[in-house]
Amino acid sequence: MISTFFRRDRLLLWGGMLLVGILLPRFSSSGLMISLLCQIGIMMIFALSYNVLLGQTGLLSFGHAIYYGAGAFATMHLLNAIGKEGSVVHVALLPLGGGVAALLLGILLGWVTTKKAGTTFAMISLGIGEMVAASSLMFPVVFGGEAGVSGNRVIDKIGLFGVTFGPQVQVYYLIVAWVFVAAMGMFALTQTPLGRMANAVRDNPERAEFVGYNTQWVRYIMLVLSGFFAGIAGGLTALTYEIVTAETLNAYTSGAVLLMTFVGGIGFFYGPMIGAILIVIMQILVGGITHAWQLYFGLLFLFMVLRAPGGFASLIAIQRRLYAAGLFGRVAPWYLVSGIPGALMLVGLIGLIEMTYAALSDEEGEGAIATIKLLGEDYALNTFGPWLAAAAVTLAGYALLQLANRRLFREWNGALATLQGDND
Amino acid sequence: MSNLEFILVTLLNGVTYGLLLFMLSSGLTLIFSMMGVLNFAHASFYMLGAYFAYQISTWVGFWPGLLVAPLLVGAIGALVERYGLRAAHRYGHVAELLFTFGLAFFMEEIVHLIWGRNSVDYRIPDELDGTLFTLFSTDFPIYKGFMMGISVAMLVALYVMLTRTRVGLIIQAALTKPDMVEALGHNVPRIFMLVFGGGSALAGLAGVIGGNAFVTEPGMAAAVGSIVFVVVVVGGLGSLGGAFVASILLGCIQTFSIAMTVSLSDIFALVGISLDKTPSISRLTITQLAPILPYLLMVAILIFRPRGLMGARES
Repeated sequence: MISTFFRRDRLLLWGGMLLVGILLPRFSSSGLMISLLCQIGIMMIFALSYNVLLGQTGLLSFGHAIYYGAGAFATMHLLNAIGKEGSVVHVALLPLGGGVAALLLGILLGWVTTKKAGTTFAMISLGIGEMVAASSLMFPVVFGGEAGVSGNRVIDKIGLFGVTFGPQVQVYYLIVAWVFVAAMGMFALTQTPLGRMANAVRDNPERAEFVGYNTQWVRYIMLVLSGFFAGIAGGLTALTYEIVTAETLNAYTSGAVLLMTFVGGIGFFYGPMIGAILIVIMQILVGGITHAWQLYFGLLFLFMVLRAPGGFASLIAIQRRLYAAGLFGRVAPWYLVSGIPGALMLVGLIGLIEMTYAALSDEEGEGAIATIKLLGEDYALNTFGPWLAAAAVTLAGYALLQLANRRLFREWNGALATLQGDND
Repeated sequence: MSNLEFILVTLLNGVTYGLLLFMLSSGLTLIFSMMGVLNFAHASFYMLGAYFAYQISTWVGFWPGLLVAPLLVGAIGALVERYGLRAAHRYGHVAELLFTFGLAFFMEEIVHLIWGRNSVDYRIPDELDGTLFTLFSTDFPIYKGFMMGISVAMLVALYVMLTRTRVGLIIQAALTKPDMVEALGHNVPRIFMLVFGGGSALAGLAGVIGGNAFVTEPGMAAAVGSIVFVVVVVGGLGSLGGAFVASILLGCIQTFSIAMTVSLSDIFALVGISLDKTPSISRLTITQLAPILPYLLMVAILIFRPRGLMGARES
């Protein structure tokens, strides 16, 4: 196990990623950029912890946010408890406390939820998640009611080597360190006998049981460990935003982490990280431009489920295999050929959605004519012109895409056939 | 208000709500037992039904909407099955589950897009606004009676359809032995599509009559969705009878718990234990506990009777 972990290419990859994480704020240190990077880091840990359940053990959970929320609330209360007594070192280690709190919650609730796998687990996790979320508003002492619990992460004004966690960028480096440690931990978990057993339980529970393993125990331990890492992510949110509300443990957060992990790809260790990067960027950057970002997100998710259920990671993996076999050059030009009408269709579709939003959200009051701005020109939406244009662009893009895809799929299938032929 | 009156009135309200829940859970259970898919978007069809009925009622009134909205929702459901779920089916059950989950997310966004984020003014028609009868001193509204009537009529129709007609018999056969039914020359995928559409239409109908009794807003799908899941788990996955019992049970639990203002310490006082009044937990009233009671019931059922009240199998 040690030797697989310290293989040279892996060391290079991990070291490279750590370096990128450290160097990123050098390129752009604007407030938006730093908070974007912080959020990405937190979500990477959260999504990776979710994949310990979904990808590794085959447990589809609709209530993973309760562990994230438990970590966040525990960290916040710990932060307030150490108050003026603590030091910077204590603050840096607080997410570990969040992780332990989530671990304890996992030990308590996991026993009920992991009795069954499959659909039953999905439903029970949903029910337990709803139960915890509903009870969070019942105990304002612990959860702070509607306002949430807030705190101050700067408890040591002088700090160690000037680190007080006052500036956001210092918290960012703390997050980088935790992402690195947590990701290493979760990767190591995939290499342990327990991690392998989890795969067996996912793929064939009967046989795993027959070999002599208790499948419920394997699911239970994996859930507890996954909860632990989710708790660390929650603890980092508490430190980053200095406020924790009941929203951190509700169904919406549970849904978001599921979508993120799935879009990234559950079959690969790095998949959830890609998903976290993508979704947070969408959430913050696209969400800053349009109200419709969740609609786009829903469309992307449905598209991925129906067309690429392996997520972005699997798409990347296929390209890598093609490249390694020297077949990438055969397919690449056709990507471009398909990409142009694809982009055309997307532009038309976005236009239609944005126009519908503009036309229906009459915030300016009754009677005002909704308009849409394109390249500095205002177009009134009470005429057919813009609608027809957008619809025409969409349809033309769609038709051309079908045409181009025919060729792409032929090349693609040919390349895949050669690839498989080589392997035989 | 006397105790007897309180119990009778709350029971009536509970049964009305329970019957509405059954309209939702019956479709969900049929779809689950036939295709093995837990349809996360089921409550979204309920929401669509309410919004369609609202839109139709602003144009031509409530009564056409009562008929047209469920049919529209059913048609959308059938299309979703034909062009979405069937494609996701190739990748296994997790993909199907995720597809319906994404669909629920998507439909909520569509509702945001078309009708906005606030609740819409979907009202009870004037003909049904009034008092049906007075029990002691409490008025029982006509609309509640109307909801009960529609639900019971639907229940009877569903029962007759499943047990007395040819289509119903084929559906029942396809529940357990789809391969055999297919071998006998029936088009099983089309039956799946019909059942999915029918289940969606039932959910839509529940939305039409429930949307104006409660409130029509984008959050209504999520609010009722998790309760319907509890119903299905408590009743036993795949059991229509179980879903019925669990619906009525949960309807009554929810209505009673919302109406009761006794606190935990009062209950313990009844049996002679006096609790310390200082911790906030002993001052919690049943009303405050109401949102978590269904889930507590579900957890208890899962621990003591994992296959549910009337479920036949354990998975």
